[in-house]
Amino acid sequence: MEAQGGTFPATRFSVIAAAKSSDPAERSRAMNALISAYWKPVYKYVRLRWGLDADEAQDFTQDFFTRLIEKEFLDSYDPAKGHLRTFLRTCVDRLFLNQSRDALRQKRGSGAVHVSLDFEEAERELGQCVRSGSLEDYFDKEWVRSLFALAVMRLRSRCEEAGKMLHFELFERYDLDDSDAKISYVQLAAEFHLAVTDVTNYLAFARREFRRSVLDQLHEMTGNEEEFHREAQALLGVSAKSK
Amino acid sequence: MKWLSDETLTRLQASVQCPDLSSTRYRALKFVARGGMGAVWLAEDVVLHRRVALKVLDVEDRTGELASRLEREALVLAHLEHPGIVPVHDAGTLPDGRVFYCMKYVEGQTLESYIVNTNLPQRLGLAQRIAEPLAFAHSKGIVHRDLKPGNIMIGAFGEVLIMDWGLAKITNSTIQESSHITSAGTPGEQTGFATAAPITSHGKILGTPGYMSPEQARGDSAAMDERSDIFSLGAILRFMLTGQSPEETPTTAPLPKPLNAICQKAMAPEISERYASIQEMSADISQYLEGVPISAYREGIVERGMRLLERHRVAVVLVLAYIAMRVLFILFSHR
Repeated sequence: MEAQGGTFPATRFSVIAAAKSSDPAERSRAMNALISAYWKPVYKYVRLRWGLDADEAQDFTQDFFTRLIEKEFLDSYDPAKGHLRTFLRTCVDRLFLNQSRDALRQKRGSGAVHVSLDFEEAERELGQCVRSGSLEDYFDKEWVRSLFALAVMRLRSRCEEAGKMLHFELFERYDLDDSDAKISYVQLAAEFHLAVTDVTNYLAFARREFRRSVLDQLHEMTGNEEEFHREAQALLGVSAKSK
Repeated sequence: MKWLSDETLTRLQASVQCPDLSSTRYRALKFVARGGMGAVWLAEDVVLHRRVALKVLDVEDRTGELASRLEREALVLAHLEHPGIVPVHDAGTLPDGRVFYCMKYVEGQTLESYIVNTNLPQRLGLAQRIAEPLAFAHSKGIVHRDLKPGNIMIGAFGEVLIMDWGLAKITNSTIQESSHITSAGTPGEQTGFATAAPITSHGKILGTPGYMSPEQARGDSAAMDERSDIFSLGAILRFMLTGQSPEETPTTAPLPKPLNAICQKAMAPEISERYASIQEMSADISQYLEGVPISAYREGIVERGMRLLERHRVAVVLVLAYIAMRVLFILFSHR
């Protein structure tokens, strides 16, 4: 199973609705989307919350998403009762408590559905994270990180489709670059052989599109409109109306 | 998938929250506060090189009601040119679709924090200064309907400013008919506000518990008029004098009877029993400060005597001293 982001059409789509669809292709797409957004938060969370080593956490993460697909966990999710991310985290805790570490070890290579995920990358990221607050907060923050990373991918594909890769490259250079020395618009203009006003306008376009990408991504990852509006407000402080 | 560091994540979140001011004359400087309806940003007007505040609709608004309310607020402010009401400079829709208006950036403190270091006469004086812009708004056919300590700012020079006119009721038909505000970046294009629609219908409750009048609390918008604001001002006055919100059980010493009567008359459950105008209420506060009888309280003979004694204390002491000296003089002269 390949986890990829940014593969959905622009029309409104909810993974929860699609995961319950009778169409296998639709269900598969929904699960891919869910896994894209949640596998890293789940992996990092169980590493820290339950003290699993890297191998155990990998097995557990794969096992969790396999069960999510096969056991139809999502059927019991009710958006009116809480956030999807909280529901999934609770499922993770329950699954861990219901099986011993021995069982986890025995499961390794025992024919579970394999999900192709870059655990080495997740392990590197885990080393870079500075954790403060509760593990529940940590899980939520990792979920936001995942959501934004998927939104960046979505923005990239949108810019590609619209022939505006220069806009994305400026955004990547200015807003995503982690280097210590913050580049100015003037330096950016010189680097890309543009007028400063073009840099300003291109970045404004990219940020506007990024905002739309985040909200679209969020929309897919929430159970219903109400949860979407709540999440948009709580996590991003923005109005869904203003997309 | 690109790894986003904590710093990048924070920057991106800010970028998503920040209003899109491209193709406008404003540049966001910093986030100031979030209210019930939207976020307020400190911004620079790059044309006039001055700092302004941008109030941007930034909350859930599926029905468009909040956008209408923000539009209405801008419209109301535009029609209320008074030193006690924050002036609006511009309004419209940002490129990202968010409704906004631009107003003077007010640096100051809320009434709640300001009154901490004030005495009784200063608080009464403050109530009178709050009454002035209200009386002005009422004269223009506008009722605020959401007066509370949090909506009153005291500026750096002690000036009083009434904020947040988003729930205002406009009874003046010329104001209701005159609104059509355009998009921020495209002057002349009518892509912005449509004519401000009424924001409250009968039965709908908007306002702040404790400070809203009974007619407002039961959603009787037709019954609301200036006297609904008078109710709120009475609640604010009580808060200023006791330090307690109307919903709290009183734990402080009882107020002087005339002041209590002013609050009670302003907050009478029956609208017809309240002060007929803000000026009438303000006059009672003035008279109390001057030590003369007030309309809201009929005093007894003893109270009247005590008040007169208090008011003319120096003269009374001089007269009594004179009488005492005369008595002593007569006594000694007859020995």
